[in-house]
Amino acid sequence: MPQDMSSLGKITKEVCYATDSSGKYVTELSSGWDVKITALDAAWADIEERKAKAKQQVLNGEASPLLFFMEYRLMDISILSDYTGFWKWQIKRHLKPEVFKDLSDKKLQKYAEAFNVKVDDLKTMTVHEA
Amino acid sequence: MKLDFEHIQSAHCESGVTSSLLRKSSLNKITEPLAFGIGAGLFFVYVPIIKINNGPAIAFRTFPGLIFKRTCNALGIPVVRKKFRSKEQAENYLKQQLDEGNPVGCQVGVYYLSYFPREYRFHFNAHNLIVYGKEDDNYLISDPVMENPTTLTSYELERVRFSKGALAPRGQIYYPKFNGTITDEQIKKAIKAGIKRNVNQMLRIPGRFAGVRGIRYTGEKIKKWRDKLGLQKAGLYLAQLVRMQEEIGTGGGGFRYIYAAFLQEAHVYLQQDELLEISKLFTQAGDLWRTAAVQAAGIYKGRIGSQEDFNLMGDYLIEISVLEKEAFLALKNIKWH
Repeated sequence: MPQDMSSLGKITKEVCYATDSSGKYVTELSSGWDVKITALDAAWADIEERKAKAKQQVLNGEASPLLFFMEYRLMDISILSDYTGFWKWQIKRHLKPEVFKDLSDKKLQKYAEAFNVKVDDLKTMTVHEA
Repeated sequence: MKLDFEHIQSAHCESGVTSSLLRKSSLNKITEPLAFGIGAGLFFVYVPIIKINNGPAIAFRTFPGLIFKRTCNALGIPVVRKKFRSKEQAENYLKQQLDEGNPVGCQVGVYYLSYFPREYRFHFNAHNLIVYGKEDDNYLISDPVMENPTTLTSYELERVRFSKGALAPRGQIYYPKFNGTITDEQIKKAIKAGIKRNVNQMLRIPGRFAGVRGIRYTGEKIKKWRDKLGLQKAGLYLAQLVRMQEEIGTGGGGFRYIYAAFLQEAHVYLQQDELLEISKLFTQAGDLWRTAAVQAAGIYKGRIGSQEDFNLMGDYLIEISVLEKEAFLALKNIKWH
């Protein structure tokens, strides 16, 4: 039974099924397995890369801050559409900087709620959490 | 208010919730492996046209909600399941059930699940937990994958019950409506029904993407990932495969070990010695899934990455496909006493 410390292992151990010496199945607690810890690390490294790339696109004026917050909150257009109630084609428009800058406060507020950030932070691409 | 309810940690959320909700009426007999097996939980599917978190959509278990439903159906127990439009109604209904003394299962999203570590919070909406009481503004939560019971404020619980995206739970609540006692005869019958259903699900499901054929199909696809996606993206795809297979909730080896445990427990009820032999085949399958995961890790860690390495990875899955086909055929051919 592997016992490699994972970010989950600090909070809870997880139940795994394994056979004992007589071949009978028992449950054991594991704090993690290196193979899957690195799988999760790989996923997060990719997310960080996507965030950095999105941020640069916003700074270059190629996309609105929505793109950055979508990567930050791991949302695709479909999830964002479900949270905000906007149609997907509307979100695609709002992803353009020139459309975004004229959005009403009411619409911005919807996005801010979906991303769980303040409207000002949404405009300035500021995040307060690590 | 706190209902008489004992938190039991399990490997997989839905079979854990099912087992816990049936604990009293089955006098502890419906264990997690029995719930998983009777609910015909073992599966494989790869849907190439869908992307989840920018990676492949792969599942090792059956569609969310089915394990609870099938287990109760097979045992002849009526199920109550409700979805809600309004958050207020959803909370009122929950309170009402608690007042009536029913611990209830809830489907939730994990993205805003406050007690989960941040690294585990993706937009995954098919997590399951039990609510068994309320003290002040805190709901008492038994999350089967956690070692200890926990709490969520009413706002936190509302947020996860109404998470959005694929498989959005829409406040879904469920529980068995049954006050009697489940007999051994019921369990025996349910085990046979569960095995039969799982055989069909793995061997007879149409198309190339699911069941034992789906495992082979995925193995063949993996061999092409390096050329098609490039090394880095192919590595991320493999990492996603490994997470679906090994992450919390699977019991390890893509649920194959839980299923092997189920067959051993089935043997206690049905005394068919084939079950023990077939259980070993599923242990082998679980081990082989883990060997494949180690190979995948070599690739996403950047230690290996030649076409040969991808071929070997794909071949592992093809080998697993053959092995699981053999195991399910053996289950299919059991002559029940």
